[in-house]
Amino acid sequence: MSSDRTLRGKVGIAGVAETTYYKRGEAPDAEFKLALEAIVRACANAGISPKDVDGFASFSNDRSDASRLSAALGINDLRFANMQWGGGGGGGSGAIGNAAAAITTGMAECVVVFRALAQGQFGRFGQGPRRNTISGDFAHTVPYGLMSPAQMFAMKVNRFMFDHGVHQEALRAISLASYHHAQNNPRAVMHGRPLDEEKYESSRWIVEPFHLYDCCQENDGAAAMVLVSADRVKDFDHPPCYVLSAAAGSHHRAGAPVHNAPDYATSAFKTLAPRLYEMARVKASDVDVLQSYENFTGGVLMSMVEHDFCSPSECNDFFAVDNLIASTGKLPLNTSGGNLAECYMHGLGLNIEAVRQVWGESSNQVDTADVSMVISGPMVTPVSACIFGSEATL
Amino acid sequence: MSVTYLNTGLPKPVPAPDGLDAPFWKGLQENKLFIQRCSSCHRWQWGPEWICHRCHSFDLGFEEVEPRGLIYSHERVWHPVHPALKDQGPYIVVLVEMPQADNIRIVGNLLGDPEQTIPIGSEVTARFEHHKDEDPVYTLLQWQIES
Repeated sequence: MSSDRTLRGKVGIAGVAETTYYKRGEAPDAEFKLALEAIVRACANAGISPKDVDGFASFSNDRSDASRLSAALGINDLRFANMQWGGGGGGGSGAIGNAAAAITTGMAECVVVFRALAQGQFGRFGQGPRRNTISGDFAHTVPYGLMSPAQMFAMKVNRFMFDHGVHQEALRAISLASYHHAQNNPRAVMHGRPLDEEKYESSRWIVEPFHLYDCCQENDGAAAMVLVSADRVKDFDHPPCYVLSAAAGSHHRAGAPVHNAPDYATSAFKTLAPRLYEMARVKASDVDVLQSYENFTGGVLMSMVEHDFCSPSECNDFFAVDNLIASTGKLPLNTSGGNLAECYMHGLGLNIEAVRQVWGESSNQVDTADVSMVISGPMVTPVSACIFGSEATL
Repeated sequence: MSVTYLNTGLPKPVPAPDGLDAPFWKGLQENKLFIQRCSSCHRWQWGPEWICHRCHSFDLGFEEVEPRGLIYSHERVWHPVHPALKDQGPYIVVLVEMPQADNIRIVGNLLGDPEQTIPIGSEVTARFEHHKDEDPVYTLLQWQIES
C-alpha cells in the first residue's frame, strides 16, 4: 500500500450524539424524526450548523433517505450520499470508512454517519416471515424453522465451540461484561437492570448455544457521528480523535447461499483484520479498549479470535468477566453496555462509545484510551471494523 | 395422514421466480435430490447460481446426488419466531455436508427426539417429507441419523 493510500490520521470526529434509546416499539417519534434528532444533536455536539454537513453515509438499507434528510435540514450542497451494502450491523464501521474516504479524497468536507431504527413502526428483525409462500435462498431454510438472526448464526457458533472446545461460560462472560458496564451508563436501556451468573444460567434458551442474555435487544432510536478532515479537528472542543483505519468485506464465498461458505464457523473477519491493523499500524496488543458488536455473544467471541486478541484454544481463559471490564480488565469490552445492554442501534452506538473513550467521556472510562477499536456486525457479510486513535497515536 | 416434523403453517417453499432452483424442488417431489453441477468443470455447487464460481461457465445443470451426508453443524431451537411454531416445542435444524458432491451443504431438520444429542460428523440419510395436502404442494428434505 503506497503511503498516500490510507485513511490513517486523515479524518477526525467532530461530534457524536444519539437520541434517547427506547425499547422496541416505545419511541414516541417517527423513525425519520429520530434520524433528524440524532443528526441535529451530533452537529450541536460538534458546534456546527447542520447546514454545514455535505454528506451522509449509512448502512443496512437505512430508510432515512439522504435526499430527504438534505432537504429537511436545508443543506446547500449535498456532495456525498452513500449506503454500505449488507444487512444487520455489518456496515457500521464500513459507513465510517466510506465517509472518511470521501473526506480524504476531497469528495466531501463534512459527512454524517447515522443509523435510525424504529422497529415498532416497521418490521422486527427477530421475527420470521409471515407470508404464505417463500422463494429464493430463504426457501431452503425458512420451511425448516431456520429464519431469525439467532437461528441463522447459532450453527456457526456451535461448530466453532465444537472445533475448539469452547465452554458456555465464555459466552456468558461477554454478556456479563456488557450488563456490568450498562449499570454505569444512564443512556443504557438496561441501566438499573443488572445481570449475574445465576440470572444468565436460569434464563431460557433462544436457540442453543444462545440464552436470552446472549442475544441483542431490539430497540428504537437513532445515532449519528460527524466526520471532518483531520486539519479541522483541532477547531472543535473535543480532544482530537482520528480514524486510524477502517476496513470492510468478507472472505472467499462468505455469502455462498444456504450456509455454504467454505470457511463456515467464523465471524468473517479473517481476511479483514490484517488489513485493518496494517492501515492503522497497530496490533491487537496495542488496543486499549474494544467495542465488539454483539448480535449474539458467540459472534463476539469469534470476532475477537479473528482479530488476534486470543487464540481459539485460549478462549475459555480469556473470556472471563474480570478480563473484560473497565478499567481494570486486560481488554475492557463493550464499555457502554453495547448492543446487549445499552441499545441495539445496529452497532453505531459502539462507534460512538469508542470515540467517547478517546475523548475521556465514557461512563466506563479506561485509564488510557489511545487506541480504541470497533468490530461491526459479526457473521453477516460484508462485515467491517475501524480503529480510532488519539493525538498520541499519530 | 401425513406426519410432518414441524407443525404446518410455515411459509411454503416455491421455486424462485427466475427458475434458478426449480429442478431441486421438482426433484424432491419425486424422491430425488438434484444439486447443481457445472457442465464444464464438473464440480458441484450449492446454493444454485447462474455461473460456476470456479470456472465461470454459464453451462450449469442439475444432477442427482445420493441423499446422504454428515452432520456439519446443528442447532436446537427453543424460542419460536413464527406463530405456526408457537406450540411446537424444541426442534433441531441440521446442516448436512455431502462429501459425494464436493462437500456442498443442505439445511434440514433432524428427525427423532428433539432433545437427542447431536454428534457433529454423524452419518445421516434423507427422508422426503411430502406436503401433498398443501397448496401449492411441496416436499422437504429431512434427515435421520443412521442406526
